[in-house]
Amino acid sequence: MSKSPQHPFALYNIDSLLSEEEKAIRDVVRTFVDSTIRPNVAEWFEKGHLPARDLAKECGALGLMGMHLEGYGCAGMSAVPYGLADLELEAGDSGIRSMVSVQGSLAMYAIHAFGSEEQKNAWLPGMAAGDLIGCFGLTEADYGSNPSGMRSSAKRDGDDWLLNGSKMWITNGTIADLAIVWAQTDDGIRGFIVPTDLPGFTANDVKHKMSLRASVTAELVFDNVRLPADAVLPGVVGLRGPLSCLNEARFGIIFGTVGAGRDCLETAIDYAIDREQFGKPIAAYQLTQRKLADMSVDLGNAMLLAIHLGRLKEAGTLRPEQVSVGKMNNARIALEIARETRGILGGNGITLEYPIIRHMNNLESVYTYEGTNEMHTLVIGEALTGIAAFR
Amino acid sequence: MKVAVCVKQVPDTWAEKRLRAEDSLLDRESADGVMNELDEYAVEQALQIVEAAGGEVVVVSMGPERAAETVRKALSMGADSGIHVVDDALRGSDAIATATALAAALKGRDFDLIVFGSESTDARMSVVPAMVAEILGIAQLTFAQKVLVDGSAVTIERVTDYGFDTVTASTPAVISVVEKINEPRYPSFKGIMAAKKKPVETIGLAELSLDPGVVGSRASWSVVADFSARPAKAAGVVVSDAGDGGVKIADFLAEQKFI
Ligand SMILES: Cc1cc2nc3c(=O)[nH]c(=O)nc-3n(C[C@H](O)[C@H](O)[C@H](O)COP(=O)(O)OP(=O)(O)OC[C@H]3O[C@@H](n4cnc5c(N)ncnc54)[C@H](O)[C@@H]3O)c2cc1C
Repeated sequence: MSKSPQHPFALYNIDSLLSEEEKAIRDVVRTFVDSTIRPNVAEWFEKGHLPARDLAKECGALGLMGMHLEGYGCAGMSAVPYGLADLELEAGDSGIRSMVSVQGSLAMYAIHAFGSEEQKNAWLPGMAAGDLIGCFGLTEADYGSNPSGMRSSAKRDGDDWLLNGSKMWITNGTIADLAIVWAQTDDGIRGFIVPTDLPGFTANDVKHKMSLRASVTAELVFDNVRLPADAVLPGVVGLRGPLSCLNEARFGIIFGTVGAGRDCLETAIDYAIDREQFGKPIAAYQLTQRKLADMSVDLGNAMLLAIHLGRLKEAGTLRPEQVSVGKMNNARIALEIARETRGILGGNGITLEYPIIRHMNNLESVYTYEGTNEMHTLVIGEALTGIAAFR
Repeated sequence: MKVAVCVKQVPDTWAEKRLRAEDSLLDRESADGVMNELDEYAVEQALQIVEAAGGEVVVVSMGPERAAETVRKALSMGADSGIHVVDDALRGSDAIATATALAAALKGRDFDLIVFGSESTDARMSVVPAMVAEILGIAQLTFAQKVLVDGSAVTIERVTDYGFDTVTASTPAVISVVEKINEPRYPSFKGIMAAKKKPVETIGLAELSLDPGVVGSRASWSVVADFSARPAKAAGVVVSDAGDGGVKIADFLAEQKFI
């Protein structure tokens, strides 16, 4: 070998786009992932078990929980460092990033954006510390891409509310202390803060997953759960509530998927340089170099897009269809990179000794949740034509 | 309690280290700079001491411009302020010259304790803490695997070949800590944000009233005269066991001066 290999991001000099502080945040999360997640995650994935309580506390101590929110014990970081943290977490595992995204960008964000001052003070500091875990219940078994049809309902009973129905595919569901539940009311869809120890509330693990195994996924069932009047989030009525939360989490995924892709590509480049067949490294064959070059350009472009959208978010001008551009593109690129790099590792590519097949399986969920690839495509299509094709 | 913690920026532990052809000094530009790993334990120890006894932690580093990043890292872990000693004339300082400069920076600031990591991953001499203590004329408690502070009495467990000695001194004192004495914390996001606003004093030889003649390569007692690349890995030796395998392996290890 004549020259020392360059990192794909060095091709783009990505570091030149980041401030010292942004790099410091990235490095801390990377160190945390290297020491706490990487050595263990293959085993968590294989066993389908996550030490969520401990991890949540460690993430809280670092400042990861609700890191882009202001006040109430949150770190108050801007959009790009928030994205970079998600990127590093997802380079570890999409399941860990999911736990943190659901906590910060869905559950905490909902309270922060739409909650009363009392609700914020009651819940956010504990959630920021990682002492309390939240989940976010929007999807139902029969209403996924089309949540507006949801059946769960909350009816007034005196001053109280009675919550009935169920939710499906809820990340953090069985470990959560509180659930943000979206339900039909006489006024339209509203959000409720539901402590999970209330009578009538049950959460059941979704078993037999082949993806996001280092993440808790659950069904929530509400059987006449009695909620006090002040359980409702006062700040929003209608689907705009949950959708604006999803926009936050999707923004994180734009960066997160780049992390999973980066981890696959780094693994494959190292492997291709080491692994010899027919008397030379497989990296020395043009077919392999073609794959590595294409993937590095795709990944670099995905990263540029992520940072660009991050800067728009920091400027306060990021629009939902732009988030769709990022989520659609970067989840797809990451999944393609995972599949291609899986092949480069040959037989070794299918074992948990290497991270690739784990990322590949995880990314199938990431491709689907937070708006499927198709739904984001149609959002972009609507932006381009003015015609909504999904109804 | 006023605690100083001395930290050094070193080339990334995993990077290939190179010496420069022109002056045989370590090429610090070719690799990313990181905080010397053992110094993270020192920072953690200093923070724990002050968290228990009250007071402040001042991080002190001697090194080129970019060592400011390492000072910043210690500040983001929780140290209160920093002193960065930077001067072109310091380039090429050996252990004695380094200790001279550090002692000058530490002197007269009323530190009760000065904490070091027990060695740096680039030079691996382990002597600077003892030299600083000697120059300042204060007690040295080196190679600590445990530190107990009780008023002005400081007791450590000093690691030895056979276990540890318990050594006590009264403040002011220099401590050097070994690996695994604690679990260094990560800088939190709030710490990183707060670090930006913490004061760092950047000083050169003039502020220290140090004569450039007593530091840097020319004043150094030890210099690298010559260096050569590590020889290529030789083929291993296969020991076949005919009942005497153990003896053969022991002989081999003794020959290589491992035992
Ligand atoms: C691991 C995991 C964790 C999750 N965590 C959460 C969570 O914490 N909270 C939560 O509320 N939800 C969560 N979800 C749910 C997720 O958001 C939904 O799975 C997703 O919205 C898709 O819904 P669905 O599975 O019902 O698929 P469907 O909506 O049934 O879609 C099936 C297919 O049809 C396509 N399709 C649907 N409608 C159209 C259309 N109009 N035009 C073209 N194609 C269309 C879709 O793109 C998809 O390919 C999670 C899902 C998974 C897998």
